[in-house]
Amino acid sequence: MKVVVCVKQIPDPADPGALDPESKTLKRDTKLILDESDSYGVEMALQLVDTAGEGSVHLVSMAPNNEVGGLRTALAMGAESATLVSDDALKGTDALGTAKVLAAAIARSEPDLVLAATESSDGYTGTVPEMVAELMGLPSVTFAKSIAIEGGTAKVQRQTEAGYDDVECPLPALVSVTAGVVEPRYPSFKGIMAAKSKPVDEVTCGDLGIDAGSVGWAGGGQEIVSIADAPAREAGEVIEDEGDAHERIVSFLEELKVL
Amino acid sequence: MTTYRSPVDEIRHTLRHVADLESVSALAGFEHSDQATVDGLLEEAGRFFDEVFAPLNRDGDLVGSVRNDDGSVTTPPGFVDAYRRYVEAGWSTVGAPVEHGGGGFPWLVNLALQDMMTAANFSFSLCPILTQGAIDALLHFGTEQQKETYLRKMVTGEWTGTMNLTEPEAGSDVGALTAKAVPADDGSWRISGQKIYISWGEHDLAENIIHLVLARTPDSPPGTKGISLFLVPKYLVNDDGSLGERNDVHSVSLEHKMGLKASPTCVMAYGDQGGAVGWLVGEERAGMRAMFAMMNNARLSVGLEGVSLAERAYQQALAFAQERRQGRAAGAEPGESSPIVDHPDVQRMLLEMRSGIAAMRGLCYRNAAAIDHARFAATEEERTAADQMAALLTPLSKSWSTDLGCELTSLGIQIHGGMGYIEETGAAQHFRDARITPIYEGTNGIQAIDLVGRKVPMEGGAVIRRHLAAMRATATRAADDPALSGAAAHLHGALDALAVTTDWLLEDGADPARRLPGASNYLEMLAVTTGAEILLAAALSDGGEDPAILARFFAANRLARVPGMAAGVTEIGPELAAGRSRLLAAP
Ligand SMILES: Cc1cc2nc3c(=O)[nH]c(=O)nc-3n(C[C@H](O)[C@H](O)[C@H](O)COP(=O)(O)OP(=O)(O)OC[C@H]3O[C@@H](n4cnc5c(N)ncnc54)[C@H](O)[C@@H]3O)c2cc1C
Ligand SMILES: Cc1cc2nc3c(=O)[nH]c(=O)nc-3n(C[C@H](O)[C@H](O)[C@H](O)COP(=O)(O)OP(=O)(O)OC[C@H]3O[C@@H](n4cnc5c(N)ncnc54)[C@H](O)[C@@H]3O)c2cc1C
Repeated sequence: MKVVVCVKQIPDPADPGALDPESKTLKRDTKLILDESDSYGVEMALQLVDTAGEGSVHLVSMAPNNEVGGLRTALAMGAESATLVSDDALKGTDALGTAKVLAAAIARSEPDLVLAATESSDGYTGTVPEMVAELMGLPSVTFAKSIAIEGGTAKVQRQTEAGYDDVECPLPALVSVTAGVVEPRYPSFKGIMAAKSKPVDEVTCGDLGIDAGSVGWAGGGQEIVSIADAPAREAGEVIEDEGDAHERIVSFLEELKVL
Repeated sequence: MTTYRSPVDEIRHTLRHVADLESVSALAGFEHSDQATVDGLLEEAGRFFDEVFAPLNRDGDLVGSVRNDDGSVTTPPGFVDAYRRYVEAGWSTVGAPVEHGGGGFPWLVNLALQDMMTAANFSFSLCPILTQGAIDALLHFGTEQQKETYLRKMVTGEWTGTMNLTEPEAGSDVGALTAKAVPADDGSWRISGQKIYISWGEHDLAENIIHLVLARTPDSPPGTKGISLFLVPKYLVNDDGSLGERNDVHSVSLEHKMGLKASPTCVMAYGDQGGAVGWLVGEERAGMRAMFAMMNNARLSVGLEGVSLAERAYQQALAFAQERRQGRAAGAEPGESSPIVDHPDVQRMLLEMRSGIAAMRGLCYRNAAAIDHARFAATEEERTAADQMAALLTPLSKSWSTDLGCELTSLGIQIHGGMGYIEETGAAQHFRDARITPIYEGTNGIQAIDLVGRKVPMEGGAVIRRHLAAMRATATRAADDPALSGAAAHLHGALDALAVTTDWLLEDGADPARRLPGASNYLEMLAVTTGAEILLAAALSDGGEDPAILARFFAANRLARVPGMAAGVTEIGPELAAGRSRLLAAP
């Protein structure tokens, strides 16, 4: 069984960097790490291959500056190989453009199963996996809390607000994995050493047959007109308990429509 | 409370600009420890220790390890699981030799990982570090069969190790110990006696504990010449490697301590039921030689504890200083209170911590690099020179880093104000934890005696003079850099003072009665100067702003005091003698 996991490499959230007023985008001079959201997909893929007793896990990532820091972490966890798409033409690529690139890169390894996170930690549009599925003509299952492979079928427990749905679909398929549903392993010392010699195939848009005009700022159809500081958080309301605090909290929550 | 994060960038900087990792990875056998690989290890190990070890530090202090009625010891919540994951991840194997299942990395790299582990959870770190010491002893002196039976599982961490030296009447004076070993018919020995203060002597993290025990064989001469080293496993190991009978060694109580609470400090009873089965490690009566062989590594590890604990305290103090508002700093809006980090005296305390940590870390890492060169440099001449440098630096690393570690963790409390004294903030834990480090693994007083009595006189003083000359060269180079020339002048001044006191020690101080009174003061002079030289050399090598700030601050704030300390080396002897007969006499 061949599983491809989409892994996004993001700036370290503990050291988030800053927006560049010139380009109005994130300054991308810091090194990138594996998005924690994707560590669950990697773990799940490794477990699936383990259970199957055969197969391999392959990673696909799109990132600027030939950055491989996050890929190395996932390789050290146990993935076998990776494809990195890095190309100056990808500057400013929106979610759809990203999906086009990922779809082309994934298709090259003809996987049985593609995993992604439901949303990334930094961009969190939460749309890329579904668009990749559409572009590749694969069934798309979202919010997986567990996946089992039986024959040519993926059996997925799909998380819902009330609990979960049992969903089945034929393979190959694309499944997005909810954060926190498995405990990602830490890369071991041996894993890190082994990862050094695992292949990372670095490709460009050209290699994937993608027209540079269909991605990046050119293909995105988006423009960032201005950036501004987020409004400071307003002071909360302090409720002194005069016997009715619980009622006031309930009505506050009702106002928010969370009750 | 703030979350601790491994200072990966500082560590990387120290490896590169102070310890010269590049020259270590150029040694035969270390080709795989290039900067990129080491970076990868630091990052992943750092994340592991931050996320798995660090969160247990507080509960470790509050709950501590507890002895149960049956003699077993239960570690604080989470420790068993964290240790299992540590073993699984293989972090204990990095520095061990490849032929015993290790990663074959330099000691320097191992020390860097240890730095992060110790800061994340000091009590916890002691268990792997003691195991490492026991591994070291077996590597040097164990028989092939002993290595075969024990080493692999100790390297993986599946079994842990202890060091049993101390007895009620034998602390600093190891030679006074009375534990006995008598030969049995089958080539093994029966060990009996009591050991005290044995760290991780009993616990629930691993299935077997391999005790290394110093004891006396029949008819041995008194003192250190009559001491032999024995291996005593908690469970005897069968021929097929499985665990057999429980050995006659038990923890009879745990000490209640000021800090280091999660590390069980045990009173160990050997041979209450007729004799614990043990095997001789190395030759009979050569126990002290074995101890000496592993001493540099063990003492350096303890020195590093001062660095790591100060780092942990620093991170917490800095975060607190950025949050806590009090008073109005110069330039602040009227009516607004400032974060205390805006007050110059708080900045001074924080920079004391930060620069002190950088200097100590540099010293310990350079010490580790010397240990690597001493073992693997290409020529005999280089190996000898490096070995002598390691021997000279080790008492400095051990003593100065632990003394300063106590001072800086105390400063961490000071930065918190009253909250620092309240246990709830956790600032006090680091100070309480740090306070053991000047005491164990040879008290700092014993280190100073070692420095002036053994290390300074090496090769008739040629080794210390070589070290002083190398520091002089750094001062001269730094003097040409406008940003560092002031600090360079302080370094020249300190070296002038050291030249005089060193000559005095080598000539007048040949008599112990004259050199011992000021031994600790001399050690501090030499260590502060070495620390300052390290910061200057790092600033020169890095070329950036921040290392230069640290070097200048440390030079003005601490190095500049060194010339004033010389009198404490050469002049206090007569006062001690007079004081002993009058002020320190029993009433
Ligand atoms: C202004 C701007 C500038 C950009 N500049 C660049 C650039 O210079 N170079 C560049 O490569 N990209 C660039 N991007 C693309 C960006 O990094 C994201 O990959 C893309 O916008 C997806 O958005 P998201 O994170 O919200 O996806 P989501 O839909 O929230 O992501 C869901 C999941 O899809 C997968 N996924 C998403 N993105 C990737 C990815 N890149 N690689 C692998 N898996 C992924 C992950 O599993 C992720 O958890 C830029 C985007 C913007 C908006
Ligand atoms: C928490 C903890 C953990 C420990 N872990 C271990 C362990 O795992 N294994 C182990 O074997 N031991 C361990 N020890 C013991 C430790 O190494 C000893 O406490 C230490 O060696 C000092 O011995 P002592 O306590 O007998 O002090 P003493 O030797 O009585 O020293 C008291 C004071 O006198 C000074 N002094 C003593 N002799 C001289 C001298 N000749 N010249 C000048 N000054 C001198 C000392 O510097 C010190 O200031 C541990 C101790 C503690 C508290």
